[in-house]
This record gives sequence, C-alpha cells and structure tokens, in this order.
Amino acid sequence: MRSKITLDANEAAAWIAHQVSDVIAIYPITPSSAMGEWADQWSSEGRQNIWGTTPLVVEMQSEAGAAGAVHGALQTGSLTTTFTASQGLMLMLPNMYKIAGELTSTVFHVSARSLAAQALSIFGDHQDVMAARATGWAMLCSNSVQEVMDLALVAHAATLKARVPILHFFDGFRTSHEVMKIERVEVEDIRAMIDDELVRAHRARGLSPDNPFIRGTAQNPDVYFQARETVNPFYARMPQLVQETMDQFAARLGRQYHLFDYVGAPDADRVIVLMGSGAEVAQEAVEYLNARGEKVGVLKVRLYRPFAVEQFIKTLPREIKSIAVLDRTKEPGSAGEPLYVDIVTALAEGVAAGQLAAFPRVIGGRYGLSSKEFTPAMVISIFQELQQAQPKNHFTIGINDDVSHTSLEFDPDLSAEDPATIRGLFYGLGADGTVGANKNSIKIIGDETDLQAQGYFVYDSKKSGSMTISHLRFGPRTIHSAYLIRRANFVACHQFSFLDRFDMLEAAEDGATFLLNSPYGPDEVWDKLPRSVQETIIAKRLKFYVVDGYSVARETGMGGRINTVMQTCFFAISGVLPREQAIAAIKHSIAKTYGKRGPTIVQKNYAAVDQTLANLHQVRVPEKATSAFDMRAVVAANAPEFVQKLTAPMMAGRGDDLPVSAMPIDGTYPSGTAQWEKRNITLEIPVWDEDICIQCGKCVFVCPHTVIRAKVYDPKYLADTPETFKSVPARWKEFEHLSYSLQVSPEDCTGCALCVQVCPVKNKSETRLRAINMAPQPPLREQEKTNWEFFQTLPEMDRTKINTHLVKDDQLLEPLFEFSGACTGCGETPYLKLLSQLYGDRALIANATGCSSIYGGNLPTTPWTFNAEGRGPAWSNSLFEDNAEFGLGFRLTLDKRLEYARELVPHFASVLGEELVHGLLNGDQSDEAEILRQRGRVQALKERLEAWLAGEAVNGDSNAPLQNRARELLSVADVLVKKSVWIVGGDGWAYDIGYGGLDHVLASGRKVNVLVLDTEVYSNTGGQMSKATSRGAVAKFAAGGKPNSKKDLALLAMTYGNVYVARVAFGANDSQTVKAFLEAEAYDGPSLIIAYSHCLMHGYDLVHGLDQQKAAVASGYFPLFRYDPRLAAEGKAALQLDSKAPSVRLEKFREGEGRFSMLAQQNPEGAAELLELAQQDVMARWKMYEGLAQLSLKGHQGKD
Amino acid sequence: MLDLSTTYLGLELKNPLVPSSSPLMRHLDKLRRMEDAGAAAIVLHSLFEEQIISESQKLDFILSYGVDSFPEALSYFPDIRSYNLGPDGYLEHIRRAKAAVAIPIIASLNGFSRGGWIEYARQMQQAGADALELNMYYIAADADQDSAALEEMYLELVNEIRQVVTIPIAVKLSAHFTAFANFARRAVAAGANGLVLFNRFYQPDLDLEALEVVPSVHLSSSAELSLRLRWVGLLYGRMNCDLAVTGGVHTAEDVLKAMMAGANVAMMTSVLLASGIDYLPGLLRDVETWMLEHEYESIAQMRGSMSSKNIAHPAAFERANYAQVLRSYEPQRMRW
Repeated sequence: MRSKITLDANEAAAWIAHQVSDVIAIYPITPSSAMGEWADQWSSEGRQNIWGTTPLVVEMQSEAGAAGAVHGALQTGSLTTTFTASQGLMLMLPNMYKIAGELTSTVFHVSARSLAAQALSIFGDHQDVMAARATGWAMLCSNSVQEVMDLALVAHAATLKARVPILHFFDGFRTSHEVMKIERVEVEDIRAMIDDELVRAHRARGLSPDNPFIRGTAQNPDVYFQARETVNPFYARMPQLVQETMDQFAARLGRQYHLFDYVGAPDADRVIVLMGSGAEVAQEAVEYLNARGEKVGVLKVRLYRPFAVEQFIKTLPREIKSIAVLDRTKEPGSAGEPLYVDIVTALAEGVAAGQLAAFPRVIGGRYGLSSKEFTPAMVISIFQELQQAQPKNHFTIGINDDVSHTSLEFDPDLSAEDPATIRGLFYGLGADGTVGANKNSIKIIGDETDLQAQGYFVYDSKKSGSMTISHLRFGPRTIHSAYLIRRANFVACHQFSFLDRFDMLEAAEDGATFLLNSPYGPDEVWDKLPRSVQETIIAKRLKFYVVDGYSVARETGMGGRINTVMQTCFFAISGVLPREQAIAAIKHSIAKTYGKRGPTIVQKNYAAVDQTLANLHQVRVPEKATSAFDMRAVVAANAPEFVQKLTAPMMAGRGDDLPVSAMPIDGTYPSGTAQWEKRNITLEIPVWDEDICIQCGKCVFVCPHTVIRAKVYDPKYLADTPETFKSVPARWKEFEHLSYSLQVSPEDCTGCALCVQVCPVKNKSETRLRAINMAPQPPLREQEKTNWEFFQTLPEMDRTKINTHLVKDDQLLEPLFEFSGACTGCGETPYLKLLSQLYGDRALIANATGCSSIYGGNLPTTPWTFNAEGRGPAWSNSLFEDNAEFGLGFRLTLDKRLEYARELVPHFASVLGEELVHGLLNGDQSDEAEILRQRGRVQALKERLEAWLAGEAVNGDSNAPLQNRARELLSVADVLVKKSVWIVGGDGWAYDIGYGGLDHVLASGRKVNVLVLDTEVYSNTGGQMSKATSRGAVAKFAAGGKPNSKKDLALLAMTYGNVYVARVAFGANDSQTVKAFLEAEAYDGPSLIIAYSHCLMHGYDLVHGLDQQKAAVASGYFPLFRYDPRLAAEGKAALQLDSKAPSVRLEKFREGEGRFSMLAQQNPEGAAELLELAQQDVMARWKMYEGLAQLSLKGHQGKD
Repeated sequence: MLDLSTTYLGLELKNPLVPSSSPLMRHLDKLRRMEDAGAAAIVLHSLFEEQIISESQKLDFILSYGVDSFPEALSYFPDIRSYNLGPDGYLEHIRRAKAAVAIPIIASLNGFSRGGWIEYARQMQQAGADALELNMYYIAADADQDSAALEEMYLELVNEIRQVVTIPIAVKLSAHFTAFANFARRAVAAGANGLVLFNRFYQPDLDLEALEVVPSVHLSSSAELSLRLRWVGLLYGRMNCDLAVTGGVHTAEDVLKAMMAGANVAMMTSVLLASGIDYLPGLLRDVETWMLEHEYESIAQMRGSMSSKNIAHPAAFERANYAQVLRSYEPQRMRW
C-alpha cells in the first residue's frame, strides 16, 4: 500500500531526483528554488539515495556554473541532476548542447517560466523550455503534481537506457507550487525502476586516468558534420525506450502514460493538442462537452522531443476533422509557435506516408503566458472556433487583443467544474499565516478523508503587507482544475481592511458561506460593511459568520498570527469533516507542525483552537443594505491618466481585464507611481513630538519607505495650515529665521518603528517616549493625510544651500525613491533613498535582478520618482548576471556622447558666445551650485541654438551641415550636465553570479559607482547562501551553517589600486555612510560601496536592525572603512578605518540573530566551533586592515 | 588526620566546598579542573525556564516570520527535521559531566511555573544527575497576588517534582519571605532534602546617559555572608534537612563560619569567577591550616557548633542581635 501524501510538484520532483543522484549542483531561481532547497536539506539531514549513500549537493555561483559542474560530474561518471527555470535554463544552454552531443544520461527538472523580454516575469509558461528544444535533449512534460513524481522517475530511468539527456518540465507555479494529494512513488518503486547495470555503464563511460581517453575535442570541416550525425540512432530509439519505461512504470504502479495521451470521444472530430497543466484544464472541458453530447478530445503531448511523428498520428482519433494546437509560448516572427509547427509537420508527414487519410484543418494559438489564467471556458471557446468555417489561426485566448485582433472571446461565467467539489477562497495578509493554515488544512483533509485535495496560492508582488489568496478544492473525484477558483462556495476574508479595497464576494456563488475576521461582533458588524458588500451578501443569500480572530490570537499568545483561529473556523463551518474529528485533526496537525519548535508553541496553538469556537458567530443578515459608504476609490482623483487607466486596475486586481492596447509597447512605464498606491497596511504610525525634537534628521534617514520627510521653509507658507499641522523654528544657525516640519505620510507607512529606535532624544519626564513615537493609525489617518497633503505643497529646500556632508542637512534633500514595496524595516532602501537625495536628479541606475529590482520595478508601481522640474533617476533592470556590464554600458554612452557634444560645441562659438562655450566645456561641476550653473548654461545653449535655427530657416538649406550639427547638439546637450551612474544590486549578484562582470567593470577604470546592498544572503529568492554569507550562518543551501568565511569583496577591489572602496553600515554610522557616497561620486574612477543591509533573512524582528548594525560594527563583524586611491597619490595610506578595533565578542552580535542562533539549536558543538573560527576571522581581518591602514603605497593609485 | 568530609543531600562529600551554579559549568574542561582543584561536588549552571520558552518562541518567530507572503521567497530558513530545543542540550551536558568527573553532579532548574518543568526534572534524573537544585525565583510584582497563594505555588512545585524524581532535591530560595522559617519547614515537608540559602538576583540599574534600565550583576563579597549565617544558624537542628550556604563565601573563614552556623556545604561562585578555579586549593589549605591551628579534628565536629541551638545566647541570631549592631554604630563621643 503506497502512502497518500499532499505536497507540491517541486517537492515531488526533488523526491525522485534526490533518490537517484550522486551529485546535485544547484542555484536558486524562482520557481524552481524549492527543488534545490529540498535536495540540500535532505542531504544535510543525511537522507540517502537508493544506493544507501547521501547525495552531494553543491551550490554554484550561477546556473552557468551549475551546468558546468553538472557536466563535469557527468563526464566523470556521476549520476547528476540539477533544477532550474527561465533565465537559469538560458545560462545552461551551452552546456546542454555539450551534454547531449556527448550522449550523456542525465535529467534536469525545470519548472517552466517566462523569459525576460519587455519585462521579467517569475510566472509560468513554456518560453524557457522551448528555447532549449534545439539542444538535443529529450523533453518530457508533466501536467500535474502526480505526473511530476511519476514522470520524474520515468525520465531518470529512461535516460540511462537511451543515453539521451532529458529535460523534464512542468508549469512554473501552477504545477510547481500547487499542493495536491497524490500517491507516493515509494523508494522500492524507484529501486525497481533503475537498472544498476546501466548506472555502472554510465560510470564506466566517465573520464578516468585508469582508463585514459579524451572527450571534448575540436573538430574540423572534414569530420564535424559526420560526427554530428552519429547520434541519430539514439534519437530514433529514444521514444520507444521512453514508452517501454512508461509501460514498466505502469506495470508496477498502475498509472499508464504514453508518449501522447488522448482523452475524449474516440470518434471526436475536433481535438486540442497541448502540454502542461493546460492539458488538465482541457480534459475537464472535454469531459464537460462530451457529457453534453459533443465529440471532442484533447491530445496531451508528453514526450515533446524527440517528437515521435508516427505515435502522434496513431494517437489521433480517426474521425478527426480539425485540430487546435496550443502553445504556452511566443516566438515573434515565426511561422507559428513551436508545437503548432511540429504538429503541422507531423500531419504533413503522416499524410505523405499514408498514415492519415486527409490533412485536417489545423489552427494554432497562444495561451497562458506568465501564468495567465487558462480555464475550461477558454477551451470550450476554442472548440467552438474549430467549428467555424474560417477559424482564426494564430489566435490568442485569455486576453483581449484589441491591437492585432488575435484573441478569441470566451464566456467568463461558464463553469465546467464538478459541482461535488468544495471550493474555498481565503483572502489573507502574508504575515497572518493564512497560506500556512490552508496548506495544513489540505494535508488534514488529504489525510483524514478519501477526498481529493488541491491548493493553489496567489501572492501579490509586495514584500510588506502583501495580500495572499488561497484557492482550495476538495472533492470525491480527481481534480483536473488547474486554474483559479471562479465560483466559491466558501469565501473567507481574514483581514477586515480588505473589505473596502477588494471585491472578494464576486466569486461567491449563491448560498455560499462568508467568513469574516472582524473586530466587530455579530450585532455590530453589519453597519461596518461597505454598501456593495451588504448588497452582495443579501443578493447571493450568503451565510455570514464573524470571528474576532485577532482577539483570540492575542489572548492565546499567538500575536498577529490568526492562522490557527481561522483554520478552526473553516472546519467548524464548512462541515468537510465532523467537528470533533476536525478539531482533533487540527490539533494533531499542530503537534506535527510545531512540535519540534517546543511545547510552548504547541500549547498556544491548542489554546487558540479551543478558544475559537466560542468566538465564532453567525450574523443575522438584514433584508436591506443600509451603509452609506462604499468601496474606496483605488487611486485619488488627481492621479495622472496613465495611473487611472492602467495602474489602478492592476492595483485593484483587475489587470487581467486590461486590453493589449492599454499596454506600453516596449516595457516603458512612467516613474513616480508608488505615491498613488495608498496601502494603509500598518496599525501604527509615528507621531512627531516637535517640542523635544532636535531636528537631527536620523528618523528621516532610516525610514525604509520614505514616509518621514523634513522640510525647512519660510514661515510665510504657514498662513493657511491645516489645524493639526506642526511647525517649529528651524534649529539651524544658517536657517534660524525659517520654520521646520517633520511629517509622516500615514497611508504609506508600514509601521516598522525604526524611526523610534533611532531617535536620540528621550522625554525627560517619561523616558519611554522619544521625539517620535508610534500611535494607532486609524484615528490619525484622515488628519495626517490632510497634513501630508499640505506638507507636500511646501517648497523643497534650495539644494545649493545644503551642506551635503551633514546628515542633518541631507535629510532636507528631496528623496526621489519613495513608498516601495520592500519589507517592513528593510535595511537596503535607506541607501537607495540617500542615493536619490544626493544624485537622483542626474542619476542613471542599473539594477541587478533581486529584491531591489522587485521593490524598485515590479508592477503595478515604481518607487523611483521625479522632482518638480521633472528630473529623477532613470532606472532599468537587465538581468541578474550582467548588471555591472549593463551599467557600464550607460557610462559608455555618456562618455561617448559627452565627447561628441564637446566636439560640437566649439562649432557654435559665434552663436553661443565665447564665455558660454568656455563655461560649457570647462565648468566645474563639483557641487550642487556648480551643477545648477551648468544646467543654466545648457539651457542657454538650447535657447540660443533654437533661436539661431529659427533664424536660419529663412536661409533654406544653404547652411545645412551646420544646421544639422545644431540639431545634433540639441539632441545631446543634456549630457553636458554631469550624470551619475549607479550600478546597484545585492550580494548574490556582486559576490556570485555577477562577480566576473563586476570585476571587469571595476578594472575598466570608468566612472561608475557600484552599490552592493549586502544582506549576506540571496534575499529575493528566499535566503540561499551566497559568498557574502558569513561563517556559521544558517541559510538555505547551508542548512548546517556555512562552513567557510565571507568573501572579502572590498579587499579584492582594493587590489586594483584605482578603485574607490567603502564599507558602510548606516545603522552604525550614518555620517560615514554619507561621506562614502560623496567620495565615491567625487572620485573620478570606479567606486564600490558595500552597504551592510539588515534583512528579514537574518532572523530577528527588524525593529532591532539598527542595534544589530551597531553590534556588527562594534564586534568587528563588519568593520567600516574607506579606501581612497587619491590618498595614495598623496603618499598617504589609502585605507582609512572608520570603526574601532573589535570591542565586544562576536558572540554578542550573533546571539541577536536567528541565522546564527539557529545553528546552536541544531548542532551546539558545530556552532561553537564555527563561532570560534568566525571570531578568528574577525581578528585576523581586523589585523590585516589595521596593517593596510598604515601602509602608504605611492604608485598604487590613480586612474589608469 | 583532619577529616574534612561532609554529607549533603545524602551524598558523601570529601569536603564542604561546592562550586555553585555559574556559567563556568558550561565547559567540561572547567568541571574537570574544579574536581582537580578539590571541589567536592558541582552544581551545574541552571536550565532556565525563561530561556527554554524564549528559545522556542524565537525559533517559532524565525520559522514563521514573513513566510508564505512573497511568491519568490515562501520561506527564509531551512526548516530541518529536529531542533535541539528545551532541555536536550542541558541533559546531554549532565551526561557528559557525569562521564568527565567522579564527584557528584547536582543539576539546577531555574523557574517558577509548571509547564514542562516536572518533565525536565525527571529527565535530569535519567541523564544521571546525583541531585537536583530547584532555584525558585519570582518577583511578586502583582499587587493582587497574595503571599499565601505564592507560597502554595512554590510548595506545589516542590511536591510535584518530588513525585517524579527519587534523587534528592535541594531548594534554593531568596530570603524575601515574611515567615521564612515557616516556609522552610513547609518546603521540607513538601519534599525538599536540602535548602540552599540564598540565591542572588540580577538587579536593575539605571543608566543616566541612555536613560535606560539596565541589568546589573556584581560579584558577591563576604559582607553578604551574615544574612546566610543568621538563617543557617536559626534553622540548623530544627529542620529535617541539609543546609547549604551560598553567596558571600570567599575565604576559609567564610567556609568555617558557614560550617559552624550549621551548613553541610559552602557553595561559591563569585570568588571562582574573580580569582579563578585555581583559588580553590589554597582555600582548602587555609581551612585545613585553621583547623589544625585551632585543633579541630573534623568538619562534623564543628558543624552547627555556633547555631542558635548550640550557642549561649540564641537571641544573638534574632532581633537582639539587631539592637546590638545598631549600638555598635552609635557615634563615638565627641572629642575636642
């Protein structure tokens, strides 16, 4: 009897891969990261493969590196695998050609994902795998979680037989992240399917000096071609070997797969051909239509490469008249998408060979790019299209293409779902534990009942205050519904504040149950509901329940996690299980999930279960809607048109409705849109105590979301202030006649309280109070909103009057980075804000993929904004691996364009005047005042040139060359104002995947500033180890603590001698941070700032982020310094230490962070050993820096 | 031949010097050095109730915070199969300490509430502890909580632990009881085999620059011994239990005074933290020298010799003593 388990496809694939591998080389990329994480975790726990030995799992610096390591391990005879997706697969392509060309047995598991084109997307489609179809790899597609586990084993077994490598793929997110109840392929099954003789043959083909040969030769025109053709028999044999393996699997496990599987009427006249999770959807639609008398079918392609033409033809029903081939990819400019082209070719060959009587009508279409929904209604629409006399070819489905008119219409209300399936929708906040609770519920129902269970979870792209939507299905029959729930019979809203923002009840069907987590009881809640919510509840006759989940959670020690409370409510109301059985099962699940975290945790969860039912109430629904208020407008009425038309629907979750014509054609979007997205995600905001504030600006500096602003301004602007607006005399000697205000944007704050932590002032009578204190947001919201709006009307400070060397002054500079979607308490964003304050109006930013590119550029909005003159940072993200080179490209353009502009200017000496020309070419632009002067000169140049050109118009073309030069100069003149190029990214980029490029860019000597936001871990993909991770830290891929020390990127850069290098930590020393930014930009050469960034992945409440930064510096964990090549030129030591010798033991710093303390909880002795080594690292490095700080090396300096 | 031996909690000890609970006890090599230096038994560092709970909460926080919120990072840390939480590490330490030294090992539990407490005591016995020291430390700051109820809670805890372990139990108390003697008797009745007088707390201090309350810890001095001498002197011979003095034992004289007041053992921490483990042999020699000089034959001989039971004026341990001390501080006659 095989066990039934609930898991997602990533775990299913990893389960098989780990059992049949010797070596696994990995690198994180969404949505495949979890496969590598499982493999690493299992190996660190000592789990063995089928040969009784634990696979060796190694993290590499990039997917290219992983592919290289895999290739090497394969060539030396190891059973090797890897996991990847999207751009990662692109980086593996070169090795994949080699691996296939060398007829090597291996399997790569790919959770298929979109490729970055007009934009990056982490979601699922087949663009990546389709780009690999020419590599010579076999391609095997799984459509569901069960199939992923089954076909993963088939792939590993078949590749050994065939010597053709297999790319095993499934849909990213939709399948990789879908949680399903499946039957496990047990270890004995795996053991039985893998032939040890073939394994030994694979090993014997490996390189060995005991049996020397060479492989990987270079071949010439005489033989390359012939050698390339030698493999043909292996490909010819491959489909049959795969089918045999499938048959072998079926004989043992009972599930029969074929190269192509047909589902539907045997005499169908219309067939849809596709692969992936969409095939499951199509099956649901086919069964729905056939039950209503139609004759249709779906042909699921499993082995896509090698494409078995004959088998395909045989699998088609004989009566076939028309076929629609669906591709989940786009190949612009092709004759058709790849599967379509293959099918057309196969049909043509089938007809030619006489296997097929007539050529059916074939149309091709695209669907589901970037996880776009694909539903039975769409499938039905395609079948209808096939009945048309002239069906549309090269169609799209699922979008409204009002530009090229490719799209087919469909009925969004049509449902083909099994009515016996229970469908639940749960709206929660990321932080409240809703998703975790639902995953548990699926496991409970999966374990306790015979019901089939499916869970899929949708997240928004914000890292703080993100909304999650859980889609849960439970039913007596196999669930093929690989799409979101559109009609729910249970809707739960876990956050009251969602009610006036999202139309959650749209998906509720008549008579459904609505559960609301409400601070208001059953008798008072009705009046707190927006009118349209009331109307829906009445119209749909919903059964309405409330629970005060937060009270129960608070009282039982659960804090803000309402997961257990809401889960208990679901079971109590839904009746999926008898109540008593459900409660027992929840408790059992709690013990299982939290047992290893200690009895305290289990007990508080038990208490939450026990107290929930007494607080759950059904609401008597009145007959009429009574509320006078309704849903809030998504954005303010004064938002720009673009925001109203495009951004607002995305914010409201209605982006799917936007037509093609609404979208920018080339990925270009306006800046400054985050300001319109008022998220109101915090319960508390800071309140300024103007009486005791010393106006130091530290709160403004540290605010991760730029919601605290300071302005110094003429008191004349205070004539008509809102009633509660605060203003005091400015505490600056040079601005003593001016006023000062500190203002919080109440609707953008995320409530991190770093501002309170950093405030140096304490109230003399009540020392718990500072000059800024947290207070409940709701009562302050409207008042502070008004104050914020007024504050924005106050003029910005004249930049030329600011002493940029002072933090206090800098915090009066207008930030051009605001309200990002970064985590609450983020340690990276204050650096970006500072960058934007100092240089934002003339900065170009190349941003490596990672956290900063996501909170910086993930739609719907961007935090990068512009000033009143319309100037602001120009920002772009290319890839993860190429960011340094990408940013260097910006500099190359600027350098070349500046040269060109400077060549053109002298031609117009008479037009512009000698003085202006001299100023334009020689103007000092070293400070804000000089920059302003240069802007004036460029403005004058433009005006004079335009006037001249206007005057020239009467002369016709007589002076055409000079006129053209004038036009050229006008188009490039802006470059005469100094620009500031910033190359920004995280440590994963700078230390690992992008290091080669970074090294080259630093070596180029070009004037670029590199800002490394060093969180010491891959933050965006969920905390995997990077080379910036320090010794003894627990991270994914370093579950047992990283054994070796952090790479010293600063020291490596210093060895060039001509690179300005700084290590900064704003929480420890904000002045030094500012100094480093100023020196980096002032230095006429490459600069590198390594910025210590506290991060959620460090495992503590980030309200203590600044204290931890201080401890990091005081313990010598992160010494601060600046290396300035200009000092070396003066014969001084280039390295200046900005922090003192370690004054506290490293342990002091580390005990505050979970990433270190966790190791002690896993392995106390190992932790102690690593701590000791890490302490030695600290002392050794400090000694080295001290030595360098006394070393003057004249000659090792300056720009090359 | 001098006989320094004593018994404590039914354990035969070669002398009355027992290093008491401190961070030194975390290191096996230090335990070995203590044994070599002459320590007769060792009280391990405490397993703190708060620490276990806080480690558990911290792990839960780390593993829960921010998970399932963002599609690319559904978790932040690897969640391994099991964690070394709660008493596991401590129990292992008991096992290793037992293997490392031959002298008795007394395990220490610091806490107040029940919870998993009773279970930890049982596990400590299983791990090989020769005895248990229950360090009961509670600041009764709640004005609604009366002393009788609190005392009952203490006693119930002692009683419940008594039910699950067979090894001896010592109870380490603070002196802050209204009727200490009464409470001591009830503690013995509840199952305590010994009383350890008295524990010393971390006290709050105020940082005038940072305007923050900071914990302060300072090492004891011999001046603190007096309080212990009083209560050991008063309880000796009146309670059916052993007595240990802890806090203020720094010199051979302190040890001797503790013995004469009636203690079975003299425990020390501060002096070892300040002067190192190597201070012990000298201390022991000083005790011997004093005994030789004063012609004492054994510790047993002097034990309790100056308790209230055995001295001429028992009132000296009570309020009369207080009056006498006050008099000794009267200003000297003015001179000019």
